[in-house]
Amino acid sequence: MKQTTLIGEKRGLARIEALPIILVYIVIVAVFMITAPGTFLKYRIYQSFMSTVPVPLILGLGLTLVVAAGEIDLSFPSIIAFSGFIYAALYKITGQTWMPLIAALASGAVVGFVNGVLVAVVGIPSIIATLGAQFLWSGLTVILSGGLAWNIRDIREETIHSLFVGRIGGVVPAQVLWATLVAVVLWFILNRHKFGEHILFIGDNAEVARVTGVNVRATKIMLFTLMGTLAGFAAVLLTLEMATFWTTQGGGMLLITMAAVFIGGTSIFGGEGTIVGTYIGSFIVGSLEAGIVATGLGGFWTRFIVGLVLILAVALHILLGRGKDLSEVQFLQFAFKKRREGKAS
Amino acid sequence: MARDYKHVLRMEKVRKNFGKVEALKGIDFEVGANEVVGLIGDNGAGKSTMVAIMTGVFSPSGGSMYIREEKVNFHHYNVRKAHRWKIETVFQQSSLGEKQPLWRNFFIGRQVTSPLGFINIKKEKELAQYIMLDLIGFRGAGITVDSRVSKLSGGERQGIAIGRAMYFDADLIILDEPTVALSLKEVQKVLNFTRKIKESGRACVYISHTIPHVYQVADRFVIIDRGEIVANFQKSEISLEALDEFMLKYSTGKAAS
Repeated sequence: MKQTTLIGEKRGLARIEALPIILVYIVIVAVFMITAPGTFLKYRIYQSFMSTVPVPLILGLGLTLVVAAGEIDLSFPSIIAFSGFIYAALYKITGQTWMPLIAALASGAVVGFVNGVLVAVVGIPSIIATLGAQFLWSGLTVILSGGLAWNIRDIREETIHSLFVGRIGGVVPAQVLWATLVAVVLWFILNRHKFGEHILFIGDNAEVARVTGVNVRATKIMLFTLMGTLAGFAAVLLTLEMATFWTTQGGGMLLITMAAVFIGGTSIFGGEGTIVGTYIGSFIVGSLEAGIVATGLGGFWTRFIVGLVLILAVALHILLGRGKDLSEVQFLQFAFKKRREGKAS
Repeated sequence: MARDYKHVLRMEKVRKNFGKVEALKGIDFEVGANEVVGLIGDNGAGKSTMVAIMTGVFSPSGGSMYIREEKVNFHHYNVRKAHRWKIETVFQQSSLGEKQPLWRNFFIGRQVTSPLGFINIKKEKELAQYIMLDLIGFRGAGITVDSRVSKLSGGERQGIAIGRAMYFDADLIILDEPTVALSLKEVQKVLNFTRKIKESGRACVYISHTIPHVYQVADRFVIIDRGEIVANFQKSEISLEALDEFMLKYSTGKAAS
């Protein structure tokens, strides 16, 4: 029999990106609805998630691309502090609201660009270059700010505040829409744009990318610059939401952001990454603490359970054969065997 | 396809040093417009260095190179330029991204995109199908354009890479050890893909140290040893046995020296 088509479309559930982790999230929320109905059956808690999750979510979305390229960035918490400081300080000094936004994005881009040059041109492994950057930029922030918190309470009266972190219709925090917009744009970049394809091939095998004509250096520099810019944006959202800058803002975000990316199903080995997975993963991490406290277990349990979920989720991704069609998974073969035999006859 | 040049590629006195090591010591080498040249030599003889120079991965330390009789300026020669000049390489280690679907692998670095750089996936998948079915006659049970490279056998991977080179209308396709670590059946697939290159009027440099494989497909054999060309035979001048014996003598001679 001569084959006439090799273009096979995935059908049904297999088409949904990051389906396993979506199901995990539904289960987690369902469990909390049972164990803490007083909290999880009311809108308030979800509004709270929508205001707190976007900052680590935007960081996680950028980090997804970095990890897909086989690299890592540990410096984004310092950008949350540094760009946040740039925003708060410029606002306080000039009274302007938009120019500091541009400056904050640019400062994030500069930090990212420097990271990119250190990694792609100088050749420092990204884990070390960005570890150095994390100390350097957070250190510089402390020096510049004199180690003090800067209150910018008046920003709450400005348009920029309601546009980025206001409550739309009094109920939906605007930042969740901005984060969702970032997710949609990055999804298209990773899955549909040649820049994203170059990222995937670099993460898969940088040598293959090079011999097929991808400019590996330029792509990596652009990637780190994008990550820095996104972190700068997240920094502004956080600073606006809190109407305050403090020198340690962003501290503690490194691990939860990385946890969200890996819970979502992006592989540390590079060459693949899931934006939808990171989106859901961020909400899982963000929901756990509130859920655990509301259930009455007490805050001491939070870290333990986040760790448990991280390990179980990554184990799940590996068992399900990350990125594969579900019909290729060994222990699900029995369910698909029939269909395949039916097709062959 | 009619070609209006005698040699698709010619090297004159090409040298390459890596620090103090002389990898190539003045290579004269040419490939005819529709010729399959077997480039034979032991590990470390300098074959891969020659490939790297031909394809713009390295610049030579000296000498000159002509593509379709036109002199190459090495300051402006790189992988992209080689592609534009219709020189394509299928590397020893696969030149495919393992975790990526086949359709992406055909077009990586040369995507079919909108002006803003978004990939036309439908178009790329259709072209991928055309390459697989019509250009290289790909037969693999259950393999589609969406299959990941990691699902393919070694011979199939080489076939995909050869198909990619043919699709981009290469005049010269360089195969660097395409049959290393393949089973007999897979080797035959690769040799068949190689014959397709010759049939379509293109030229090919087939690099190998597995004499019986090269012998099946090449028109001429160039033997390289320690950075120098040491012999040059037309296929009509030498039998497989004689070529094999020649190479064997060479490697034992080297061992004795």
